[in-house]
Amino acid sequence: MPDSDRDSIFGRIRESLATASQQAPYPEYEDEVATAKRRFRDGDTLWETFATNFSAVNGRPMTELAEVIDFLKSEGATVGYCDPTLEESIGRVCQENAFEIHCHFERERFDDYQFGITRASAAIAETGTLVLTDSDTSDRLGALTPWIHIAVLPESRLVSSVAQAIAGFGRESNIIWATGPSKTADVEGILIEGVHGPGEQICLKTAGLQ
Amino acid sequence: MASPLQPIDDYARTLAPETRAAVIKSAAFTSGQRIEVLRRDYEDPDALRKLARKIKQHTIDRLDHYLEQAESRLKAAGAQVHFATDGPSACRQVLKILQEHGVTRLVKSKSMATEEIHLNPFLEKHGIESIETDLGEFIVQIDDDHPSHIVRPIIHKNRRQVAESLERHGLGAYDDDPKTITRRARVHLREKYMQSGAGITGGNFVSAESGRMVLVTNEGNARFSMAPNKVHIAVIGIEKLVPRDRDLAVFLSLLARSATAQQITVYTQFINGPRSANQPSGPEHMHVVFLDNGRSQVLGGECREILRCIRCGACQNVCPVYRQASGHAYRAVYGGPIGAVLSPLIGDSISFSNYGDLPRASSLCGACREVCPVDIPIPDLLLKLRHGAKKAKLPSPGSPPMGPFADLATSPKLWRTSMTASRAMNYLPLQFAPVKPLRDWLDQRTLPKWRGGEFRRWLKQRPSPVEDQKKHA
Repeated sequence: MPDSDRDSIFGRIRESLATASQQAPYPEYEDEVATAKRRFRDGDTLWETFATNFSAVNGRPMTELAEVIDFLKSEGATVGYCDPTLEESIGRVCQENAFEIHCHFERERFDDYQFGITRASAAIAETGTLVLTDSDTSDRLGALTPWIHIAVLPESRLVSSVAQAIAGFGRESNIIWATGPSKTADVEGILIEGVHGPGEQICLKTAGLQ
Repeated sequence: MASPLQPIDDYARTLAPETRAAVIKSAAFTSGQRIEVLRRDYEDPDALRKLARKIKQHTIDRLDHYLEQAESRLKAAGAQVHFATDGPSACRQVLKILQEHGVTRLVKSKSMATEEIHLNPFLEKHGIESIETDLGEFIVQIDDDHPSHIVRPIIHKNRRQVAESLERHGLGAYDDDPKTITRRARVHLREKYMQSGAGITGGNFVSAESGRMVLVTNEGNARFSMAPNKVHIAVIGIEKLVPRDRDLAVFLSLLARSATAQQITVYTQFINGPRSANQPSGPEHMHVVFLDNGRSQVLGGECREILRCIRCGACQNVCPVYRQASGHAYRAVYGGPIGAVLSPLIGDSISFSNYGDLPRASSLCGACREVCPVDIPIPDLLLKLRHGAKKAKLPSPGSPPMGPFADLATSPKLWRTSMTASRAMNYLPLQFAPVKPLRDWLDQRTLPKWRGGEFRRWLKQRPSPVEDQKKHA
């Protein structure tokens, strides 16, 4: 059945295209044509531009681990998931601050993790977007199910535009761009954050990480 | 007796005032925001949509090539690719995949393609529980209702109605605070994601170059439909292709701004295969079902430009008819200007006779074309479809008989006389004329003052342009 479906679809497409009088060429255009240049302020570094645009969508850019710890405390969080490769650098500091840290995500306990710490593969300054990939994310659920997600971003991974981020896709087969906390406006167009994904999205910048 | 009105007018007349108010408020607000965001971010937003038009037109002009390319790239990346000529075939194939994996319960993220093929009722009939996870779609599902907008499924409901739905469904006592509504859905659906065997999604774009399919959601429900599940099935229209990954920068920028006035949608996923080997969560099996359902026929017709559509809903938000009548007035899965073109064309062979009246539900004001991010000349397409409906002799309630007019217009002498004589109309109470179709027609319209013959007089007195040119030569 499926194969005959395939044949008949391609047959019909070719039949239909045969009646077309002309074929539009692929237009030539610059990669950065869709870049919103007005989202960049003269003199700002990539991080500053990212931080501005990330804040505009209610993301929280942070540069110190202490800031993250303070925020978690202010939110009343106590239990979190942490990427095992970040245990030494970040997980331990959390534990020293009396947080319960799990480096293995247990499905059955998914509702117990109030925060999740994983790595970002890159970030886009133009839109304030975090790039998460299967290669760098220790567990998709750890970055998704907790109310607070902390993405740890090596500053060198910042790119300027959406176009540049796409150019850097490489062979990665599962890429997620996250631009601020999860949101909806389904009820009367009123913006509510934290629908299915995190209600708080933090980006912690680090100088260099492994 | 058949109604003297177009079906859409009949529906609009019975529309609850609060529904109309909800639709107008939300649609008008989003329209305004859209313009603001485009002007804020780009010097020339029009140039960008003209470019998007060219890329998309090129793609559908070479659809066979790009579809084949996408298929082979997806397969190479480890996905399984299926093709479905129509809704029933797509439903059967999805069911087969689910049965092979032993799935009895699944979560679904919002997808117009699955709405189009009525996947949920089909799966239910075969004992598979399919739960909608987009907040709006979830409400629609528990209400046994239908989405009335491409992007905002419950644009026709206010918060009180939504709160009542949740209460009826046992999700807590009545509370119409949108925040409470959202939290309750969050808690309820989190369990469902974790207890499912598969996630079904649509797809916003597919890059032929890499096979990457792109999924955008603001809520994160597509992410959650996939991360805890072993099986991912994406049902995608065959026209959703773009040639290269780089084109996605253009389309993602336009889609978010046109649909919801955002710079970019919160979550954008690029997927061309099952989870990576090192990744503990996520689908081990990825299936893509490419859906035709009439699209390949549209490609050969005079409305082929509609295949450029990226389903942003901007034409719905801006349309005066959509705002007054609401999406359900269009009776089909797609409402508004895009629906008036698509509904008669896609699906099975009776679509045209079922929905052939919809192209007439427009004042041809052209607002839809102005906002379209891929510059589809919707008013032109509506005219072509009207012509088609006329040729197919579809009933056209609401139109006065044009026979007498045709007699007049084809006889110059009669025409001249009637031009002047008809001035009498300015003094007659036409709305009481003993001609029923005329009365019905005037019921919704006010004629301007009759000034018949003035154009002819002006034309006669005007110096001949040929003579004029000679003089200046």
